[in-house]
Amino acid sequence: MNQLDFPILSLMLGLPMLAAIICLFLNAQAARLLALVTTLALFALGIVLWANYDIGGPQWQYVERVELFGNFAWALGIDGISMMLIMLTVFLMPICIGASWESIQNRVGEYMAAFLFMEVLMIGVFAAQDIFLFYILFEAGLIPMYLIIGIWGGANRIYASYKFFLYTLLGSVVMLIAMLWMVQDAGTSDIPTLLNYDFAPEAQTWLWLAFFASFAVKMPMWPVHTWLPDAHVQAPTAGSVILAGVLLKMGGYGFLRFSLPMFPEASEQFIWLVFALSMVAVVYTSLVALVQQDMKKLIAYSSVAHMAIVTLGLFAFNRQGIEGAIIVMLSHGLVSGALFLCVGVIYDRLHTREIDRYGGLSINMPKYALLFMLFTMASIGLPGTSGFVGEFLSLVGLYKVNSWVTLVATTGIILGAGYMLYLYRRVAFGELVHEDVKAMPDLSAREMALLAPIAAVVMWMGVYPESFMAPIRGDVGTLVARIDRAAPEGDAHLKMGQATAVPRGHEAETGHGESH
Amino acid sequence: MDHKLSLIFTLPEIILSVSGMILLLVAAWGGVKSARLISILAVAALFGSSAYALEFLTNPSFEFGGDAFYGLYRMDGFGSFSKLLIYFAAIVSLIIAPRFFKDSGTYRPEYPVLILFATVGMGMMVSAVDMLTLYIGLELNSLSAYVLASIIRNDVRSSEAGLKYFVLGSLASGMLLFGISLVYGFAGSTNFSVIADTLTGDLSTGPLIGVVLVLAGLAFKISAVPFHMWTPDVYEGAPTPVTAFFASAPKVAAIALTVRVIIDAFGSQTSTWQQIIVFVALASIVLGAVAAIGQQNIKRLLAYSSINNVGFLLIGLAAGTAQGISAMLFYLIIYVAMTLGSFICVMEMRDAEGKPLESLSSLAGLSQTRPGLAAAFAVFMFSLAGIPPLFGFWGKFLVFDAAVAAGMLPLAVIGIAASVIGAFYYIKVVKIIYFDDPAGQIAKTGHKTENGLIGLMALAVSPLGYLTIPLLAPVTATAAQALF
Repeated sequence: MNQLDFPILSLMLGLPMLAAIICLFLNAQAARLLALVTTLALFALGIVLWANYDIGGPQWQYVERVELFGNFAWALGIDGISMMLIMLTVFLMPICIGASWESIQNRVGEYMAAFLFMEVLMIGVFAAQDIFLFYILFEAGLIPMYLIIGIWGGANRIYASYKFFLYTLLGSVVMLIAMLWMVQDAGTSDIPTLLNYDFAPEAQTWLWLAFFASFAVKMPMWPVHTWLPDAHVQAPTAGSVILAGVLLKMGGYGFLRFSLPMFPEASEQFIWLVFALSMVAVVYTSLVALVQQDMKKLIAYSSVAHMAIVTLGLFAFNRQGIEGAIIVMLSHGLVSGALFLCVGVIYDRLHTREIDRYGGLSINMPKYALLFMLFTMASIGLPGTSGFVGEFLSLVGLYKVNSWVTLVATTGIILGAGYMLYLYRRVAFGELVHEDVKAMPDLSAREMALLAPIAAVVMWMGVYPESFMAPIRGDVGTLVARIDRAAPEGDAHLKMGQATAVPRGHEAETGHGESH
Repeated sequence: MDHKLSLIFTLPEIILSVSGMILLLVAAWGGVKSARLISILAVAALFGSSAYALEFLTNPSFEFGGDAFYGLYRMDGFGSFSKLLIYFAAIVSLIIAPRFFKDSGTYRPEYPVLILFATVGMGMMVSAVDMLTLYIGLELNSLSAYVLASIIRNDVRSSEAGLKYFVLGSLASGMLLFGISLVYGFAGSTNFSVIADTLTGDLSTGPLIGVVLVLAGLAFKISAVPFHMWTPDVYEGAPTPVTAFFASAPKVAAIALTVRVIIDAFGSQTSTWQQIIVFVALASIVLGAVAAIGQQNIKRLLAYSSINNVGFLLIGLAAGTAQGISAMLFYLIIYVAMTLGSFICVMEMRDAEGKPLESLSSLAGLSQTRPGLAAAFAVFMFSLAGIPPLFGFWGKFLVFDAAVAAGMLPLAVIGIAASVIGAFYYIKVVKIIYFDDPAGQIAKTGHKTENGLIGLMALAVSPLGYLTIPLLAPVTATAAQALF
């Protein structure tokens, strides 16, 4: 069956499902404990998954397939990209449970059940190898998230939950029709087979647009991003972490898994659209972030800007761009998650997210200020943190395709530094003017335990990204080889002499700059 | 034509009509006290008929079906399948009724008897291959239904619902009959296959009007837009178990009947009926979704929801293929489970004195007082909205799959986009149940039978339902194939 002779992916879906059902019948403390134990067990299983992953082995590993549903199958399997995203999920989940330990006091059993159910769906989305199974799990995420925002959210939670639900639903339904058409055309719903099936270029145009509608909303891309700030602001801290950390990655994963390899010609055809929307997003949402008074909103807008870097990298059609985009996805998952946790920490103490109510926190909360600064720097993309690796690679990849777009995208980094440093200055520096802020205690042991692991991984990814890039390298190579026939011509038109010392090793990637 | 064979083929109807008549006599002599006994016997009779329907559906020697009574009635997989669903819905409507009527002291033995007669009528409807059988079955069902709607005769709303249903229903029957007579006049026969053989090529105005009027009459019975007006009023006014019955069994019967008329009798006129069905389907989806938004009464809301679902069902018919019909039949199974489940949930909405509540606001915060009921309600709402992973999604999936396979992409895209509008009011109900502060109007304890049935239905539309696909898909495919 697979290298473990054991359906580990099914176990990773079944375990939290079972725990979620049990949680509904437990009292508050027992539900918390069960959720924590389950998510930690899943993290351990995730490590088993990674440890046994055969880098350079077959593209799809841990494959399981049971013809369970007639029209579609219970087909699971992961490649390196899916594995890294599953790792991100199982890493963030125990932290989310920990972040809700004290701040959630009512209906704890249901809350934990919703989160565990959410975890089932997230792992399932990344592991699904049947296109309909993918769709079901992808859409099902709406239900627990709707409940999480609506029940445990802030004052304006009803509006935010409606907006989240209807926006994402509207984006996704047309994708279903496209999937039905594809499956009828190709005669299979098996994703690995579909990945190598060539749809007629005219059909690709429509299919690509249908998928784009869904993933652009999920991503979210400008101008369909407006649900995100509302959802983030109203969601409880852990909800924001999971939303920014993992749910947004589903959009990027969708582009990576469906739009690019299944419709390479259409992807090239619409490259201008993706570039245009992403450029607007980078500049516009960064400027919007600059004027926010609400910390969560600021980070939400910065997420939109970061996701725009992801789309730019993905649609660069080359190895650097795509690898960079994946690393930005992972890094953003960690960093924005951590930033939302940082907001949650002070929100739990003062019950406001308004930036002006704080100030001078580095005086009475030094540990907090230090970690907050680390994550701020990672968000900006300072070398040595995870943000730098991804953004640098994405921009390098993008530069090969279009230097003007790269120029605009790079301003996003500068603006990013602007709004993040401005935020940090207003929160952490200055005098302690407010009495209630002065009384705030520094990080508790629980909060340290939540933030420190993320900090460690952020640094690890910044200093030695090879650990995270090794598993995805082969799969990015496959993807680049698949889409190479449609790759856009670069705008650099470099005239080179006889290339004498072209480094070997990256066969799949024949940069256009070099071949000219 | 062998009379013995005819009698065997019609056994489900014979059992039901004979037991219906006997039980009517028992009711006449036994009076109100006998209501309970009669209910039990009626359920037994329905089980007996179900056994025969199941036998006809699954036994390979009946695979090709057969005509009875000189081509007036046809026993085939399609009819037997629909009957099983109808009997199931009727059984559930009988089981849930005593408790509801006991609270108001109005349980009468006529209720189970009328349900039986309505069921006989529905059995005739789904097996009819002749316009006259069709009409008799339809009227037998409708007349029983008019009385059922007003069975609480001293309740103003119930009487009003019955009267309204009667007046509008008669109008629809009139249109249907007029259509049938036109078709008969031009085709020279009331038999479906003769009609299909005669009405070919471009139709002249006469038979065209006939076809349109027949379809209009049928659209009334399935409460499709623009003939849906009676639905919210009748659903609201009729006693809840009766509403649950109306929303499930007769709907299955009327839809199956429509399918058979369209495929068997007008099968050669695809271009004529297809555009009508496409319009009716889309109009039902959109109106069912939009009009439900402002409703404050849960029964009215569910009435619009049923209009909305009929629209989705008709997409399968619009495709006009065996795949489309099979998708509709599968959708109907899920629809019956969702509808019965949500109406039984509505029956559980009573205050501490047992008085039934119907306003949406009385549901507020139900999740904190009755978590089990609230969860079931939410499951039905998400399922009716067609949100995966709940099983309601699968019905929509299948009909859209059929529409895409038949090349009707615009229909599929518009239909599915309009489903998002509908999602709004479904999640509004969930919002009231889960997000709002408790209103505390609904009694804290439920009724065992009802809770059991709710649990059963919720389990059926939960993701576990997907495991039944390999079992049910071949059955629906066989049933649909019987028409082609």
